[in-house]
Amino acid sequence: MLSARKSDLFFLFITASTLLIGIAFLHAEVQAARNLPRLQQQAQMVEKYDLTDLALCTEARYTRHPSQADRHTAFQDHPVSLEHFPTGSVIGPSHHLK
Amino acid sequence: MKAMRAWVEKQRNMVDFTLSALLRRKGKNVSLLAVYTGVVFVLGSVMFFTEGMRREAHLILHGAPEIIVQKMVAGRHDLIPTAYMEKIRQIKGVQSVKERLWGYYYDPVVGANYTLLVPDDFKLGEGNIAIGKGISRKRLAYEGDILSFRGYTGDPLTFQIGEIFSAESELISADLVTVSEEDFRGMFAMTKEVATDLVVKVRNPKELATIATKIVQLLPDTRPILRDEILRTYDAVFSWRSSLMLVILLGAVFSFIILAWDKATGMSAEEKREIGILKAVGWETSDVLLMRFWEGVVVSASAFMLGVLLAYGHVFFASAMLFEPVLKGWSVLYPEFKITPFIAFNQVAALFFLTVIPYTVATIVPSWRTATIDPDSVMRL
Repeated sequence: MLSARKSDLFFLFITASTLLIGIAFLHAEVQAARNLPRLQQQAQMVEKYDLTDLALCTEARYTRHPSQADRHTAFQDHPVSLEHFPTGSVIGPSHHLK
Repeated sequence: MKAMRAWVEKQRNMVDFTLSALLRRKGKNVSLLAVYTGVVFVLGSVMFFTEGMRREAHLILHGAPEIIVQKMVAGRHDLIPTAYMEKIRQIKGVQSVKERLWGYYYDPVVGANYTLLVPDDFKLGEGNIAIGKGISRKRLAYEGDILSFRGYTGDPLTFQIGEIFSAESELISADLVTVSEEDFRGMFAMTKEVATDLVVKVRNPKELATIATKIVQLLPDTRPILRDEILRTYDAVFSWRSSLMLVILLGAVFSFIILAWDKATGMSAEEKREIGILKAVGWETSDVLLMRFWEGVVVSASAFMLGVLLAYGHVFFASAMLFEPVLKGWSVLYPEFKITPFIAFNQVAALFFLTVIPYTVATIVPSWRTATIDPDSVMRL
């Protein structure tokens, strides 16, 4: 009985993985094209309602609407208040406040 | 041709030998592969997620208002007098100015924050609202149901749900509640003389910055926010220098450094003995290095491939579920959304050069030291 060499199995694994990564690239292209109408629909909604931000982090107003936050929003509670919301460490201050 | 075939056969033999050697220390190498794959997976996931979100934010938010004018009082965003609209309208180049009414509402029933907004043309009429899918899911509220809010006096205000925003729009509408102007003003005791902020449209987009400057000159207590700044905010949030990237990147990079350091600082006595024996039976130093090179390639290439594929699946098929707690924080509402896959070849290439190359180099260097010493002394270890 013929048994496959270990090197053959390894190269087969690498080839299959490379192929799968190639398929992932292809999938990304197809999916991006397929999602375009959904993204356009969302863009229309943004225009219709004058929205400014993504509803990603809804716990604090400076992470819900980072583009609308002022410089002091994160420290709003009292004069020596520290920024304490967990998503505050993920969503940084808006570009124009830096 | 013959020489080429001999070279290929030598490499195959070397890979066979390397794989057998790796399998002899199965436990150690499988755990090494798992950790390495984990590092690539985390780095790849962050890379795919941030790039996908950055592109998605750009595509969605390019319809955001051109200029938003906020009033600032003591460094804080304050309600803006609607009388400012007339002043801004007089600036040359301004096409239109309108008020924007929006705010937040904390719902003590589920402990969630909602974004309340008054659309220009609210068709549902007074006493009705449209809500996002996130709220509907949390409150188990559907079209036709009654939802109660607390007004500024503490009295309950009831609204009928006239519409639920589509699931496809959850990324921008999960926490959104649209109400009529009368209901909004009534709920927060907001007079007709004020608005949350103003939306300015200009005739020529090239004049945006000039008009923003003129607004500040005319109304020094205001702050204009340009659409470009909104987009750049999301570029910054999802860039490689963003907090999200740095927090995760730092952990992954440090674990990778430990991994590579462990490899680079030396080999076990058993590995050294193995090299000594190989040299004693006639292996050249170059052969030993070639074996170690293949060892590095086998481990790093396998970990890289597996890590990238797992990261792709995690971000684009499982909606980056491992990042959900990070992005959710203490919030109750979180949008259910599928990220549009935007991946670029240079992303994957960068990941490759960040992980595979340093590891392979770290594997070869210590074996060079061992491979050049006397086999007799190595075997006596």
